[in-house]
Amino acid sequence: MTNALLSVRDLKVSFPSETGTVDAVRGISFDLEAGRTLGIVGESGSGKSVTSLAIMGLLDENVRVSGSITFDGQELLGKSDKQLSAIRGNGLAMIFQDPLSSLTPVFSIGDQLIEALTVHRKLSKRAAWARAVELLETVGLPNPEGRMKSFPHEFSGGMRQRVVIAIAMANKPKLIIADEPTTALDVTIQAQILDLIAKAQSETGAAVIMITHDMGVVAKTADDVLVMYAGKPVEKAPVHELFHRTRMPYSIGLLGAIPRVDKAEKQPLIPVKGNPPLLINLPDACPFATRCPIAIDACHTREPDLVSVDNDEVGEHKTACIRSHEITDGGLIDGHPVFPVPDIPERALAGVPREDRPVTLEVRNLTKTFPLMKGAFLKRKVGEVHAIRGISFDIREGETMAIVGESGCGKTTTLLQIMDLVEQVDGDILLGGTSVADVRGGHAERTLRRDIQIVFQDPMGALDPRMTVADIIAEPLRAIGTKKAGSETRVDELMDLVGLDPTHSNRFPSAFSGGQRQRIGIARALATSPKIVVLDEPVSALDVSIQAGVINLLDELKAKLGLSYLFVAHDLSVVRHIADRVAVMYLGAFVEHGSVDEIFEDPQHPYTQALLSAIPIPDPDVERTRERIVLSGDLASATDQVGGCSFASRCQLFKVLPPEKQARCLGEVPPLTGPENAHRNACHFR
Amino acid sequence: MPRNSIQPAVGPETTALRLPRKRMSKWELYSRRFRRNRPAVAGLVIFAVLVLFALVAPLLARYDHIELDFLNLGEPPSGEHWLGTTSAGNDTFAQVAIGLQRSLMIAVAVSVGTTVISAVVGTAAAYFSGMFERLTLLLIHFLMVVPTFLLLAMFSNSSGGDWRIISLIMILIGWFFPARVIWTMALSLREREYVHAARYMGVPGMKIVLRHMLPNIGSLLVINFTLGVVAAVMTETGLSFLGFGVKIPDVSLGSLIGSGANTITSAPWLFYFPAAALTLLTVSMALVADGLRDALDPTSAAGGRA
Repeated sequence: MTNALLSVRDLKVSFPSETGTVDAVRGISFDLEAGRTLGIVGESGSGKSVTSLAIMGLLDENVRVSGSITFDGQELLGKSDKQLSAIRGNGLAMIFQDPLSSLTPVFSIGDQLIEALTVHRKLSKRAAWARAVELLETVGLPNPEGRMKSFPHEFSGGMRQRVVIAIAMANKPKLIIADEPTTALDVTIQAQILDLIAKAQSETGAAVIMITHDMGVVAKTADDVLVMYAGKPVEKAPVHELFHRTRMPYSIGLLGAIPRVDKAEKQPLIPVKGNPPLLINLPDACPFATRCPIAIDACHTREPDLVSVDNDEVGEHKTACIRSHEITDGGLIDGHPVFPVPDIPERALAGVPREDRPVTLEVRNLTKTFPLMKGAFLKRKVGEVHAIRGISFDIREGETMAIVGESGCGKTTTLLQIMDLVEQVDGDILLGGTSVADVRGGHAERTLRRDIQIVFQDPMGALDPRMTVADIIAEPLRAIGTKKAGSETRVDELMDLVGLDPTHSNRFPSAFSGGQRQRIGIARALATSPKIVVLDEPVSALDVSIQAGVINLLDELKAKLGLSYLFVAHDLSVVRHIADRVAVMYLGAFVEHGSVDEIFEDPQHPYTQALLSAIPIPDPDVERTRERIVLSGDLASATDQVGGCSFASRCQLFKVLPPEKQARCLGEVPPLTGPENAHRNACHFR
Repeated sequence: MPRNSIQPAVGPETTALRLPRKRMSKWELYSRRFRRNRPAVAGLVIFAVLVLFALVAPLLARYDHIELDFLNLGEPPSGEHWLGTTSAGNDTFAQVAIGLQRSLMIAVAVSVGTTVISAVVGTAAAYFSGMFERLTLLLIHFLMVVPTFLLLAMFSNSSGGDWRIISLIMILIGWFFPARVIWTMALSLREREYVHAARYMGVPGMKIVLRHMLPNIGSLLVINFTLGVVAAVMTETGLSFLGFGVKIPDVSLGSLIGSGANTITSAPWLFYFPAAALTLLTVSMALVADGLRDALDPTSAAGGRA
């Protein structure tokens, strides 16, 4: 192909390490034409970011890169850093994942934009300034002229990512590489940013490489998709082909493992067993064979090449699997699904109506305000942050209650208030009928803590790296005074329960993968046989194929042990899958509360509607045709004491209301209305 | 370029060949990184030789370090007195060995003391926060402005040069600087989820400090300890050099250097031999500390190198 803007041929990247050479990318080839979008998907460690860094020439000196990268007729490999600098930021631009760290904190964003402009071409100060303002206006920053002198810390994450995109657009690049550009952002902001990247692409006519782990983002943005596994592309296809005529077991597994926000029936998710291989001294075999349910002997003898599925010359759809031609649409092989559907035991409490089950956790009018202090020496209170503005809910036995909302809405603060057993001034927290206000002294507190345990978000940070797994799981038992002999048998029992090999109990957490570590965290939480387990984003740090396994485990444990979960998440698809009841939180208060089907099928509050419409659905047909409510702006500050509805400033319903009704939104705080214990919402006009 | 094109056949008997080697244990990794650092290994060897010398040399020496040889006053090194004698007739070889022993004992005792106190106080202040943290920091900041060397000189002088009392006072004036450093390190540790997790299990506060916080700054403590040895030797030497430290008949490297400095032109061996021992001791410990920092700290420049 002669008209390709970027053509990569047999790119290989390897890093030296203590244990041997890590082959992070093991031969990847593709062509990208101007104006097209290539989506690269894969789990962490699959080599997708390394590929983008290799194209940008941003890898370390000691990294070995071979193959060929031709951009706009020039070979990029072998160019010196100085020569590459002339291309980087000019013809090639990059949008990084973390907008917090990709802007320099000590320069104003105006300076950073002007630097990006003037480093590649001669521009007068005035012209550069004017162009910078224009760019900020293009990316939708309100009051661009005034914001030029602002520093990065004065912006929210979404706004910063807009500035990063403005810098990337500055020199009208021919290729924009976006490395997980929305992973660090909330869904409503993600929708805005993806639209903005599409706008930047149409304005500059650039090609885009969209690197992501989110199949929904791929379905929304990409023209062609490259699925990577263990440093190699395993399937390459136009986006519709990939989603509807998936031919590689790994891609089928990835798609099957994602919980869908648009599917009501509760089928178990299909996890991909095992973990990706270490990329050191890989044998000449299919790297996915050990995890593949349809692997045959031939898979272990030779690594398959990426070949066309349809055996024709054009061959846009390619896979690296010797059994691809046997797989039919819908992920079936010989009429059976490639991945067997796991069984989830029926819940013991499924038949018991909700009203008849005992309440395990009740929260009444939970409030938390942080004082705002000012002054370096003598601190004085200048205001209050209203983190939680009076929320009430109860959780029954065997029930999962989910709190969803964007970051900063107060959901984690809610959990911490409950876990800290904070006495409430004008409300109460009741654990199995015991009020936290009645708990006095260490012994009583420890007894109460037996019934409530927590699983954290980050599977690495939640386990002490200097303790063995057995010690970690036994720690809550030791805290309540269990004898050593008893705790040892219990540790084996727990490891077995969460699907870990009990003989591994003397290893350290670093010897386990992310999903296994999260299982250790769950085992620890279950050690004292609690009645309620608090889950703080338990799967958001895991890859999708691993995530499915952990979600299934949580489902299974709930059914087996009759646990109640208090689940906090920002991922609505996961919530839809796991929760029985859902509360949507906005700025410290519930705006909608009801059963999971009511909320997802019939969202009433404008915020819930916007939140649901912002989630990308992993199906390009659905994703590209549906109507989307894109919210403007960011979460308002929790310091402002608003007289009316806190959502009014972003509300799409508010904009179409007649003025007299708008006055009510601004003047009167909407209470959570509706029948008790049923679907309730906090909007005057819904 | 194709990497080994011939692969072993698949089967259980070739598993070891095909599958990547077992992950290295932490200690294997540390020792491998340490050993790669040549100066650090040299430092360790020198330090071991010095310790051996301090332990064995007094047994080999022909003369006791207190014994006076009136036939050899202020003699340069000879077969009789390997490192010469002082003007009073003391054998310098025996004196250097005993002085090194005394300096090492003080240094190790002081370094252990300050590391333990600073680690416990620093992490406890970070964990318990609130009033306890504020009072501890207040005390540390107050102690920082106290002229500690003057206090040390006064107390050690009035104690009559007993090395145990000198060590004790050196611990008391030495713990708060590292404690403040450890406090800042532990601040990030107290926000770790495993610390929260332990608290939510109902583990008592002091147990969390000892079980979760201290082991996780272990590498910092090891480095602090080695650098502490260097600092303690220097302080003790300085003190003895000024005449406030260890008193005759007990000797330390500092007191030997102090008296040797007076006769540097007429009897240079009295200065150079103890000075050489001191230099070797501090330089070797500094090299070891540097190597340990690179080996234990994954973020240091050498740490990431393969």
